[in-house]
Amino acid sequence: MSEQAKTSQRPADVYFFATCVVDQFFPGAGLDAITLLEREGIRVHFPEEQTCCGQPAYTSGFPDEARKVAALQLTLFPNDWPVVVPSGSCAGMMKHHYPTLFAADPARKAQADALSSRIYEFTDFLVNVLGWQPEDKGGDCTVVLHTSCSARREMGVHLTGRKLLGGLNKVKVAQQDHESECCGFGGTFSIKQPEISGAMVEDKVKSLKATGAERVVSADCGCLMNILGHAAWKDKQAGLAQPSLPGEHIASFLLRRTEERSSK
Amino acid sequence: MSEQALNFMPSEGFRARAKDVVENPFLRQSFRGAMDFLINKRITQFPDPEELESLRTLGEQIRQYNLGKLPSLLVELEENLTRNGIKVHWAETPDEANAIILGICQAHSAKLMVKGKSMVSEEIELNHACEAAGIDAMESDMGEYIVQLAGEKPSHIIMPAIHKTKQEIAELFAAKVPGIDYTDNVDELIQIGRKVLREKFLVADIGLSGVNFAVAETGTLCLVENEGNGRLSTTAPPVHIAITGIEKIVEKLDHVPPLLSLLTRSATGQNISTYFNMISGPRKPHEKDGPTEVHLVLLDNGRTQAYADEQLRKTLQCIRCGACMNHCPVYTRIGGHAYGTTYPGPIGKIISPHMLGLEATKSMATASSLCGACGEVCPVKIPIPELLMRLREESFSAPHANPAMRGQGAGYSALVSTIWRGWAAVYRSPALYRMATWLGSRFGGLMPSNQGPWTSVRVPLKPAPKRLRDLLKERG
Repeated sequence: MSEQAKTSQRPADVYFFATCVVDQFFPGAGLDAITLLEREGIRVHFPEEQTCCGQPAYTSGFPDEARKVAALQLTLFPNDWPVVVPSGSCAGMMKHHYPTLFAADPARKAQADALSSRIYEFTDFLVNVLGWQPEDKGGDCTVVLHTSCSARREMGVHLTGRKLLGGLNKVKVAQQDHESECCGFGGTFSIKQPEISGAMVEDKVKSLKATGAERVVSADCGCLMNILGHAAWKDKQAGLAQPSLPGEHIASFLLRRTEERSSK
Repeated sequence: MSEQALNFMPSEGFRARAKDVVENPFLRQSFRGAMDFLINKRITQFPDPEELESLRTLGEQIRQYNLGKLPSLLVELEENLTRNGIKVHWAETPDEANAIILGICQAHSAKLMVKGKSMVSEEIELNHACEAAGIDAMESDMGEYIVQLAGEKPSHIIMPAIHKTKQEIAELFAAKVPGIDYTDNVDELIQIGRKVLREKFLVADIGLSGVNFAVAETGTLCLVENEGNGRLSTTAPPVHIAITGIEKIVEKLDHVPPLLSLLTRSATGQNISTYFNMISGPRKPHEKDGPTEVHLVLLDNGRTQAYADEQLRKTLQCIRCGACMNHCPVYTRIGGHAYGTTYPGPIGKIISPHMLGLEATKSMATASSLCGACGEVCPVKIPIPELLMRLREESFSAPHANPAMRGQGAGYSALVSTIWRGWAAVYRSPALYRMATWLGSRFGGLMPSNQGPWTSVRVPLKPAPKRLRDLLKERG
């Protein structure tokens, strides 16, 4: 596709579905994602009534409860604009599981199908819709990228984050071992099987740290909550005052790197 | 706890068994190394992602086509096997299967059975049944031989002794095999096992094997193996008994090559196995060798329950390659024994509830982060994560009439269901959500430092002081 063709398809308006985790736990990441989109000249609409995609109940074996919550989100995006979601996991829920969830309800199934085709994970939107090419204004820096399982296996967008980071001249992207392996979050899995989940996040943090990267970035805040939560717990055990593995949403990192007079 | 008790209620003590393994750094490292080895071997067999994808689609189509015709194919299989001189037996339960096999053994006054590798024989606990009936059942697959010597069960469906190091095997052989000295030289260990087993093949009364594909149109039993013990078990003794699940059937011989290719490449990373046996009957009058009797035991053991439900039926597509285990981050952390079921790992989590009921297996489906690695590598595209979610629903929903699964509602908790209903009530209402999250942001500092299992290895979760919607308002 030529750059011109991309530009002509460039939407003037998008909806932003923040996800409940970003709204409550990583609001800065949401704001940075919105700021970045706006800087590209896109009007970003945040439907005030949005809550959660319903995934926690869905994956825990409570589809009726998930359906009730998902039904609310179905009504929030009336215009035919893309819906940008800063999380591969929640985007996957809306894109791939909503049509299944409403399979027995023809009216809502039609809504779900229509919505499904407009759902974009944030990095996917930047790369494949906007054709965005970041201009790096920061200094030398090494980061490591963690991609969520849903982004990788449901949304197939594990390459877009890498592509965006690869476009930053002074950023080196380190390669961790067992990159594609799950961090062990898995929603209620982390509570129901804490020993196994704990072993998984322990190994994940070890492999991320072993790269020597200054920070970890990810397009999924669920994973970040787990990975950074364990890294901070380890630091506390070791009596460290500074985080040994800081991390953030890829939107925050990209925004900072491409702002004027950025340090990192 | 006896092995039988363990197998009866695998959910009991699952967390404790898993904990024992994850807290053992040696085992953790050993499993990781073994799984990495298998993952790397598999990927060398599928250098072209497009070819892999089209083969997987073909595998899925073949399995779904054959499952779609299962009842009529079973009739056709029985007719053609019978015409070929193979006697067909039907067993609904493990007890029935054992009774059939022991009946055949007793009719021949059998004292010694040599066994090729068969997970279905593990499923029915045939070795226990033989022991109780005074029949010596001897495993002839090297991995199975090792776990039998150790008095254990397989920890992997393809590599039964994957949990053992060569030093452990060396010690085991020195202690259990008469007249040998300690050696941890792998070649020597294999020769020791080979020598012991060779003698048994010649004197065994019964040879037992599994079946990888039963071909309906020709009445042929296909057996995939690497050690030649399968061929010896099915040809040297005078009587061969094969046992398999009713789902292992294909209509046409043409269906076998793609499935065989997917099986060996996915399982052990081999282009083709060393041996591929096609058994189409007992010794014919003019032939000089081969068994004089061949039997096939077709086992249900819960498979018809899975079959009856369109979604759960996909469980039966499995060709038992074990790739889902090799790629599973949970299996890699806890190994096969922690599951407490004959079939461990992702496939074990979705097939065992049909065999043992949800009462006994209710916690198994929760032991997954739903990462999807299993579904991604499955050579016949079983949507394992989707099935795990379905099993969670079957387990946690309130017991109701005409359930699709035995033990439906076994994990039901009025409290947990109420919590989810409350969650839905808040998250389906923009006003309640706004209020709840506002309270969270204002009083996040009051979050307890002990948040149960979460804080066992993580710092506590605290909502941010301002929500995204607050930041957007401030920004204007």
